[in-house]
Amino acid sequence: MAHEHAIGGHAGHDDHEHHGPPSGIMRWITTTNHKDIGSMYLWFSFIMFLVGGAMALVIRAELFQPGLQVVSPDFFNQMITLHALIMVFGAIMPAFVGFSNWMIPLQIGAPDMAFARMNNWSFWILPVASFLLILSMFVPGGAPGTGWTLYPPLSVQQGMGMDLAIFGIHLLGMSSIMGGINIITTILNMRAPGMTLMKMPMFCWTWLITAFLLIASMPVLAGAVTMLLTDRHFGTTFFNAAGGGDPVLFQHIFWFFGHPEVYIIALPAFGVISQVIPAFSRKPIFGYASMVYAIAAIAIISFFVWAHHMYVTGIPLTGQLYFMYATMIIAVPTGVKVFNWVATMWKGSLSFETPMLFALGFLFLFTLGGFSGLVLAITAVDILLQETYYVIAHFHYVMVAGAVFSAYAGAYYWLPKWTGYMYDETLGKWHFWLTLIFFNMTFFVQHFLGLAGMPRRVPDYALQFTEFNMISSIGAFGLGISQLLFLYIVLKARKSGKKVDAQVWDGAEGLEWTVPSPAPYHTFETPPVFEGGKH
Amino acid sequence: MKVSMKKFASVTGATALAIWSLISSSSAWADYQLNMHVPVTEAGRRAYDLHNDISLICLAIFIIVFGVLAYSLIFHRKSKGHKAADFHEHLGVEIAWTVIPSIILVLIAIPSTTTLMEMKDTSEPAITVKVTGYQWKWGYDYLKGEGEGIKFLSVLATPKDQIHNKAEKSPSYMMEVDNPLVVPVNTKIRILTTANDVIHAWAVPAFAVKQDAVPGFIRDTWFKAEKEGTYVGQCSELCGKDHGYMPIVVKVVSAGEYSTWVDEQKKKAASNVDDPNKVWTLDESMVRGEKVYNTACASCHGANGQGIPGTFPALDGSKIAKQAKNKAAHIDIVLHGKAGTAMQAFGGQLSDTDIATVVTYERNAWGNKTGDVIQPADIKAVR
Ligand code: HEC
Ligand code: HEM
Ligand SMILES: [Cu+2]
Ligand SMILES: [Cu+2]
Repeated sequence: MAHEHAIGGHAGHDDHEHHGPPSGIMRWITTTNHKDIGSMYLWFSFIMFLVGGAMALVIRAELFQPGLQVVSPDFFNQMITLHALIMVFGAIMPAFVGFSNWMIPLQIGAPDMAFARMNNWSFWILPVASFLLILSMFVPGGAPGTGWTLYPPLSVQQGMGMDLAIFGIHLLGMSSIMGGINIITTILNMRAPGMTLMKMPMFCWTWLITAFLLIASMPVLAGAVTMLLTDRHFGTTFFNAAGGGDPVLFQHIFWFFGHPEVYIIALPAFGVISQVIPAFSRKPIFGYASMVYAIAAIAIISFFVWAHHMYVTGIPLTGQLYFMYATMIIAVPTGVKVFNWVATMWKGSLSFETPMLFALGFLFLFTLGGFSGLVLAITAVDILLQETYYVIAHFHYVMVAGAVFSAYAGAYYWLPKWTGYMYDETLGKWHFWLTLIFFNMTFFVQHFLGLAGMPRRVPDYALQFTEFNMISSIGAFGLGISQLLFLYIVLKARKSGKKVDAQVWDGAEGLEWTVPSPAPYHTFETPPVFEGGKH
Repeated sequence: MKVSMKKFASVTGATALAIWSLISSSSAWADYQLNMHVPVTEAGRRAYDLHNDISLICLAIFIIVFGVLAYSLIFHRKSKGHKAADFHEHLGVEIAWTVIPSIILVLIAIPSTTTLMEMKDTSEPAITVKVTGYQWKWGYDYLKGEGEGIKFLSVLATPKDQIHNKAEKSPSYMMEVDNPLVVPVNTKIRILTTANDVIHAWAVPAFAVKQDAVPGFIRDTWFKAEKEGTYVGQCSELCGKDHGYMPIVVKVVSAGEYSTWVDEQKKKAASNVDDPNKVWTLDESMVRGEKVYNTACASCHGANGQGIPGTFPALDGSKIAKQAKNKAAHIDIVLHGKAGTAMQAFGGQLSDTDIATVVTYERNAWGNKTGDVIQPADIKAVR
């Protein structure tokens, strides 16, 4: 099948002078086609999502009851680390890069990404990096048992698994930086005539800004882990007080990367939601310009709030106050986005297909996560809550409910465009409701655990925490199993789904809906005429 | 769609019921709680109130925003024939929803600032205690005030059998230590934190206290407990394998009881002093050494000296512990530790006698039958 397309459509591409891609595995290894690469990113991220999810289930199985039942404390800590690294760098980030590869050229009317060969590189580095992370489990001493934050001196004590993880993180960073450069160049230079920046679809805007965040923050992480590496092996003492260093320095560098990183995850999610909600409200997005400014504001402020993760490290009162105020400020543009989405739906003509359900789920749960973020921003309160399950609940509300719900919204929204086939709407709704219920079962009760004082990153707990941990563990298994349904839905759509037209959703806007479904292997080889959006 | 939703409802109902019966039967829901403990310090209560107030403000905003959304979801449906309006901008609304949240945040920021300033004011303590985090225990060192000079380690007291589910778990499971920190009620206690190896964090929710303990640096925090009782907390920074097993227990007692406790401790310390010139026999050393080994070394090197492959070396059969030529190296690594690894310097934690006997123990326990007996004087000579 030399002309197998993308996720699996197979409309022939008729009117062009290129030859088809090579067949078999070489097609995927050598491809420079943004659709192929986008699909590979998406499949890869889903596989990593399952791997990271399995690790989460090991953690939740151990926490089902007090006492040690399933794993040793040592292995438990390794699972904590790998679960987070794989979910953040292997599942969520690549998922949105996959969306960007598929959709940015289609949305701006470009034939491909600007640097097609580098795009291939960015992708193929990823499996290698993930392999290193997973390999670290099998070397003497096992994977790092430090949590994804890799704080020294604990990370200096670790075995060679730590070195593999550091190398893996370097590769992931390279991949992200190349991806970022590619996206910025594509968006700034390859828009269809007539598409000014302020007429660009919101998804492209969020990615343009995210790409700058990537380029600015990933090298910082690379620097931090390189310093760690030299502390471990080459006698430097950046993070060792005995040699004039300071362990807390690492935390400053890490979170200078880490807080922008959370917006690297959140902004593309905002972008997807900003496409889906107008489509199913049949009404243009409310306050386009103010949304763009809000995203830019969030991105800039995100570099100035990092030490809200470090309130109890012993930073001085003035530092705590500054970081508290700065963090509270970032809540304003975040709130504005929520208001904009609600106003978009106001007086719309709403319908609730699966993408819209996931978008609504996103809105509901992300807002809850934003509120717990505001609570944590208050230093006096955070002193009670830092390093407890309350923080775990907070960031799962913003990351799982924020990013994963949004990724599902995007996947259901664009799947018909990618494959040419409609998914099963009933099953899609099942997937949504199961995910929503089990998600809350897993994570809502963790607020109570954190308030009552249960620390995070412990394999065992006092008896008073038993009930909520049981509920959370049962929810987690439900949540994990429900995600397999998505795999089934995608495969089923490919096999026996209904064929769709170019305009899949009656309310959807944008150039991507002007090309046939499935999108042909090559699109927009001559730039389309962009007639201006509604803004 | 209708049919499947009905099926869905009945399936979820049944599952919920099953799960509910499982959870409610598993224990009595005796101790669960939905909100924080009410702290027993004034600063803590202010933080607690602040948390409640902010949560309520969030709830109110949530209800307003999602009330509007709910209205829209119900009445602006396509299935009800609602036609989409065409507006997509409104300057007034957009300014309002930027300015109003900003004002609310300023109102929150004011009490947050004053509360924090109170929590950070560590001046004029009556008693100062230095807390040192070790992998995986706490050291307490009374530096100033009544009780000055008292010094002890505090280790988890829960038996291994309970952790490994071979024995019934006691109500204080994981929240019990051999030597709790004891302080008088209504007295300002300043806590200095530091660590010996990696970062730990000393935390007691009832005092609204949490402070990282950073190796090589001293940080501080304080509390003034207003109610007698026993308060617990846990290490709150991941510090390796047994991070979950280094609880903090603080006993707050009356001034009188505290004085009695201080006297007892002083007497105990005086009677515990070993004669540094005593010459120990092998049998004596093995008894004392095993005790030291089990409290200080077994968490890493294993109760039978087997270690954890790849992470903590086995001592049973190890070159250092078995070969005669490595006797000095053996003493050296216990005394001074090994930089960059979890093997910490025990010179500051253990007395010469403890180190001598534990080295003797390691050189004679399990398969290591070297017959070497190390004397306290040998340790003193190389300190
Ligand atoms: C926190 C974990 C930990 C504790 C507690 C600990 N050790 Fe160690 N120990 C280590 C590690 C890790 C090494 C390996 C250091 C290296 O890389 O050479 C080690 C190495 C040693 C060695 C050298 C073994 C060899 O064959 O190289 C001896 C002897 C030793 N420890 C004795 C002790 C004694 C005695 C105690 C108790 C007083 C103790 N250790 C407590 C972690 C620990
Ligand atoms: C209203 C916006 C937000 C505010 C005010 C906020 C605030 C905070 C604060 C103060 C903490 C530190 C808590 C602690 O360690 O005690 C935190 C942790 C965290 N937040 Fe947020 N947050 C917001 C949005 C987000 C978003 C959008 C994401 C990601 C998509 C996110 C991801 C995280 C993560 C991953 C952590 C925990 C990191 C760790 O310790 O491992 N947050 N947040
Ligand atoms: Cu942050
Ligand atoms: Cu710890």
